[in-house]
Amino acid sequence: MTPVRRSSSERQRAYRGSLRRALALLALAAPPVAVLALFFVLPVWGMVSRGFSDGIGPVLEVLGRPRVHRVLWFTVWSATVATALSVVLGLPAAYALHRLTWPGRPVVRAALLVPFVLPTVVVGVAFRQLLGEAGPLGFLGLDGTAAGIVAGLVFFNVAVVIRTVGAAWESLDRRAAEAAAALGAGPVVVLRTVTLPALRPAIVSSATVVFLFCATAFGVVLTMGGLRYSSVETEIYLLTTNLLDLQAAAALSILQLVVVTVLLAFAARLRVSTAVRRTVPRPQRPRRADVPVLLVTAVLLALVAAPLLTLVVGSLRTDGGWTLANYRALGTPGTALLVPVTTALVTSLRTAVDATWMALLLGGLVSVVVTRRSHGRMERRARVVLDGFFMLPLGVSAVTLGFGLLLTLGSFRESPLLVPIAQALVALPLVVRILVPVLGGVDDRLRQAAASLGAGPLRQFATVDLPVVWKPLLAAAGFAFTVSLGEFGATSFLVRDESPTLPVVIFRLIGHPGAMNYGMALAASVVLAAATAAIMLLVERLRVPSIGAF
Amino acid sequence: MRIRALVITVTTALALTGCSLSGSGSDNTASKGSKGAEAPSDVVLVTHDSFTLPQELKAQFEKTSGYKLVVRQSGDAGALTNKLVLTKDDPTGDVSFGVDNTFASRALDAGVFADYTPRDLPAGAATFDLPGDGGKKLTPVDNGNVCVNVDTTWFQAHHQAPPATLDDLTKPAYKGLFVTPGATTSSPGLAFLLTTIATYGDAWPAYWKKLLSNGTKVDDGWEDAYTVDFTQGGGHGKRPIVLSYDSSPAFTVKGGVSSTQALLGTCFTQVEYAGVLAKAKNPKGAEAFVDFLLSPEVQKALPDAMYVFPVAHGTPLPAEWAKFAVQPTKPLTVSPQDINAHRDEWLRTWSDLVSQ
Repeated sequence: MTPVRRSSSERQRAYRGSLRRALALLALAAPPVAVLALFFVLPVWGMVSRGFSDGIGPVLEVLGRPRVHRVLWFTVWSATVATALSVVLGLPAAYALHRLTWPGRPVVRAALLVPFVLPTVVVGVAFRQLLGEAGPLGFLGLDGTAAGIVAGLVFFNVAVVIRTVGAAWESLDRRAAEAAAALGAGPVVVLRTVTLPALRPAIVSSATVVFLFCATAFGVVLTMGGLRYSSVETEIYLLTTNLLDLQAAAALSILQLVVVTVLLAFAARLRVSTAVRRTVPRPQRPRRADVPVLLVTAVLLALVAAPLLTLVVGSLRTDGGWTLANYRALGTPGTALLVPVTTALVTSLRTAVDATWMALLLGGLVSVVVTRRSHGRMERRARVVLDGFFMLPLGVSAVTLGFGLLLTLGSFRESPLLVPIAQALVALPLVVRILVPVLGGVDDRLRQAAASLGAGPLRQFATVDLPVVWKPLLAAAGFAFTVSLGEFGATSFLVRDESPTLPVVIFRLIGHPGAMNYGMALAASVVLAAATAAIMLLVERLRVPSIGAF
Repeated sequence: MRIRALVITVTTALALTGCSLSGSGSDNTASKGSKGAEAPSDVVLVTHDSFTLPQELKAQFEKTSGYKLVVRQSGDAGALTNKLVLTKDDPTGDVSFGVDNTFASRALDAGVFADYTPRDLPAGAATFDLPGDGGKKLTPVDNGNVCVNVDTTWFQAHHQAPPATLDDLTKPAYKGLFVTPGATTSSPGLAFLLTTIATYGDAWPAYWKKLLSNGTKVDDGWEDAYTVDFTQGGGHGKRPIVLSYDSSPAFTVKGGVSSTQALLGTCFTQVEYAGVLAKAKNPKGAEAFVDFLLSPEVQKALPDAMYVFPVAHGTPLPAEWAKFAVQPTKPLTVSPQDINAHRDEWLRTWSDLVSQ
């Protein structure tokens, strides 16, 4: 092959073209980066820098404490085990719920997402009523053990795996697997050589998110572990809210950031997406070979349903009798609240609407920027870094962020928009992780073909990307909405008393003595769970036939 | 098909946008009011999660003082104190309620509060002044005791005498029966740690070792200990001894009898204070709110609203409180200065004891 000599005008045109591309990408990346810088980097830095007021020495000294090593070790191993379990249990369920069709499937799909949004306080209590000494599953002896903590983490996070992998699996072209089978490959070989490689980006994406959620879990570690175990997150909470040891808190926050960054860099290597053929989802009826998968799904469903049933039963009982009194009380402020639960629900829904559009807008921009084909190594690196940057909010303690926001935002901390913004930051990584595998799986040649036929960037996006990303976008919207509904950590720092969200109200109810408050807290949790399930069902209903073109 | 999907999508989107816009619209007007003009029309209260007052009282304050009351609450007494300390140069409000005697010294040392003593302090209130401050900056509003509670019906059914002292809790007869919230994660838990420090002095870690080896369960929060593990907490737990409040027996009354009892020799007094913040934008409004917390109406409402006793002498108590919520005559104490000097060291030691 002989190198093609270009004339200087051609070179100039190419240069101008790449400059224009770079500027366009920069313009796309600017709004999300600015939002993250203002509402995440600045506050976290504001908090961490206070720990460095006496120089770096005391901070480094903290890292040498044996207790810190213990805390770090526990965090890493518990999160790793919980992530592995979530993937192992989540994959069969993702298959059963997205590749197969059977009666009741939409309801089960929606129900499995419910734990993800329930406030940990409530689930903690429900979980402990089940697993505690006096509970029906008390004989397992899980209460107060590391195994109990891991079980709790899996309970909360398995939905992330099911949703993310399921969305990718659903539209995976069956023909490659069928071809392999026709050539004599057994089901295991097909799974290992055809299906899993195609799903790898989605699996790694969801595993990364689950790991971050587990590593920064707070309520579960405290409730299930009975203070016997400390994670980096609970330690930061203790150091900040109780001991006011900002140096140690800063040290741990930085440690957290380092661990998260290493993990993200590692995940980015594993995640490299390959072009995948997408088709119309054509779920099949279960066959005999699907029985083991359905069994695992049934077990998972039982594991998720048991604590939820405890909640429902608890909410319907007072003094040993069955009653709806707890639900009737939700319309009144009761003794512990300033606003009725119903008002809080409306506030939650409105906040969630704002958080969802923010997360989708920012997450959509990030996903597009990250998945465009890179010209050159520098550009590719920049994209990987950008991708990781937007995952960071999941890896940083809510306490650090919450206090940081109070310290650095001045009068803006009173803005009613702050709560949805904070929630959108938490939902953003999920949105990105759902959209990126799908967008990354779009063969860039399709866009090039569109471009050569005269389509501009917008037209390319509308005709090539949008039809594919449409459903995952809805899934992401549902996720963002539910994350916002259930968010408690950052919200509790920022929420204004006139307009508390539902999780905040539930937390207040459960913290007040009296059987009525406890019953109301359970009833309000059931309402929150039902609202979540209803929204997920609605998202499921929005089937978009136009996807058939691809 | 396609049209239907489009219609659903567009309608949902419009409905949701409607929600959002009207939501932020009304919020915007509210916040404009709060940012307000030159003379502040709002008084902003910074408090903890447990703060509540009846709506009528709030309205009454707004009517008589002319200020709109904005409440910002988050975290427990510890988190509240630290928030006040961290934001002292640019506080999130004008007045604070809820800093208690276990955290007050930290806030005072950091210069969080301005001088203010209400002119007509009700009789009896001054006895709860923080030692070392003497009511100069912090005004006592309510008090309550953290005590070990026992389920008397359980002990009757098991033909066993309930424990009476802290020492009893380490005896084999009561093995595996006690549950307490943690000192690092809950304020009653911290109060209980201080109870043991007041009783055993420097030997408290030895006591805790015995307590833990006698099967004591340490939970995350009070709600967890009381509602899940305690036999009378509604969650059908298995442990008949729990750390709770002296007022708790008033909430387990059935047929004119309470099924629980507080052990009055194991009590630690918590006093909650209110104070004007040093950099308050509306100090006049803040002072008015402190006065309001000491008014007979608020003092009378405290037991039902926040499960604490009023500081004003002669305030009538709810009927069941008068009968079943017995206050200790000689509660245990640790001086605020002592707590402030050693709190971190104590909590670290305790934390290591529990996590072993």
